[in-house]
Amino acid sequence: MNDRFNLYRFAAPATFYPLAGKMIPWFVAAGILFGLAGLYIGMLVAPTDFQQGEGYRIIFVHVPTSWMSMFIYLVMAFWAAIGLAFNTRLSGMMARALAPTGALMAFLSLWTGALWGKPMWGTWWVWDARLTSELILLFLYIGYMALVAAIDDPRRGDKAGGILLLVGVVNIPIIYFSVKWWNTLHQGSSVNLTKSSMAEIMLWGMLLMALAFWMYSIAIALARVRTIMLERERHTDWVRQELAGDSQ
Amino acid sequence: MKSRHKKLALIGGAVALIGIIAALVLNALNSNIALYISPTDVAQGKAPADKLFRIGGLVKEGSIQRQADGVTIRFIITDTEKDITVDYVGILPDLFSEGKGAVAQGRLLPDGTFKAQEVLAKHDENYMPPEAAKALEDAHARGVQRQAEQEAAKAAQPKASY
Repeated sequence: MNDRFNLYRFAAPATFYPLAGKMIPWFVAAGILFGLAGLYIGMLVAPTDFQQGEGYRIIFVHVPTSWMSMFIYLVMAFWAAIGLAFNTRLSGMMARALAPTGALMAFLSLWTGALWGKPMWGTWWVWDARLTSELILLFLYIGYMALVAAIDDPRRGDKAGGILLLVGVVNIPIIYFSVKWWNTLHQGSSVNLTKSSMAEIMLWGMLLMALAFWMYSIAIALARVRTIMLERERHTDWVRQELAGDSQ
Repeated sequence: MKSRHKKLALIGGAVALIGIIAALVLNALNSNIALYISPTDVAQGKAPADKLFRIGGLVKEGSIQRQADGVTIRFIITDTEKDITVDYVGILPDLFSEGKGAVAQGRLLPDGTFKAQEVLAKHDENYMPPEAAKALEDAHARGVQRQAEQEAAKAAQPKASY
């Protein structure tokens, strides 16, 4: 080990485990704060929409969960690429820890979308490109979880799952650009990095909710990766020490 | 170290290859992925005969009429170039209104009207409070001249967003 600060040190589970434990409460606190602020603005401060009335308020959950469902998949694919290329232990655990949260976000996105679609469009579901590709994303999450769970050797499971993640990553730009490339019932995006066609206060509510979902996802993924680390490394000295310390 | 970088390049290449394959497949399937076709497509004979399909566009201003039988609603779907008259019996969604997007599923009758079994409203990406919408509308009314110019520009490119 050299003297200067080395980021790669945290790639070892023994050093990452306590660090993650320290970070979780902060992310939980930030998530609650952002969530309360976002819900307050979204439900109480933001005005009604000129066309949709109160029903539009579902975007304060729908859009952040849709963003998270796509972003978490990209992060998992990133970890899969790192894991396959550098054969690091932590990357497979990170991908596994993120999968259930990504699946939850994809499900929430589809569910809230259906709840909004019935009164606004007149249907719960339509097989347009946006909705169908988001459903495929949910299936990719479920397929990944089933695949890694079905292989007993965790390192081999990580490799197989990683390949699935990398193949499936092609779906993410399809989801994002589907409303541009094809005729869809789903509207185009209201917000991107350069422009917004939403009233400012509505946008603020949505961005705060997005931050809240970010913090929630990070906190829950860190908590999950800690349990995965303990389970996988249960025969190592650091886990024995950690568990001995806990039982005091 | 070198083999790691080789692996990373291999992964990058494989993902790029899958991307290209997906792009080619989706491009080939283009017409099947589209949820609806425009009245212009129908005029060009792209509508399937004796089969359900969807048309989409804007509901023409001032075109919604209740027919004499009291249950049939007749309106015109337009892409600003071509119009199609749609007959529909059923409940219209809340967002269905003149000047807004709509998608109708049904069949084309021999007389050129479209018999819809399902009508869905298409929402646009604008979210604003009623006062802002009113202000926009007033400004819109003032700029009739400018709007006419924009219509002409829109007609030049019918695939502009609905």
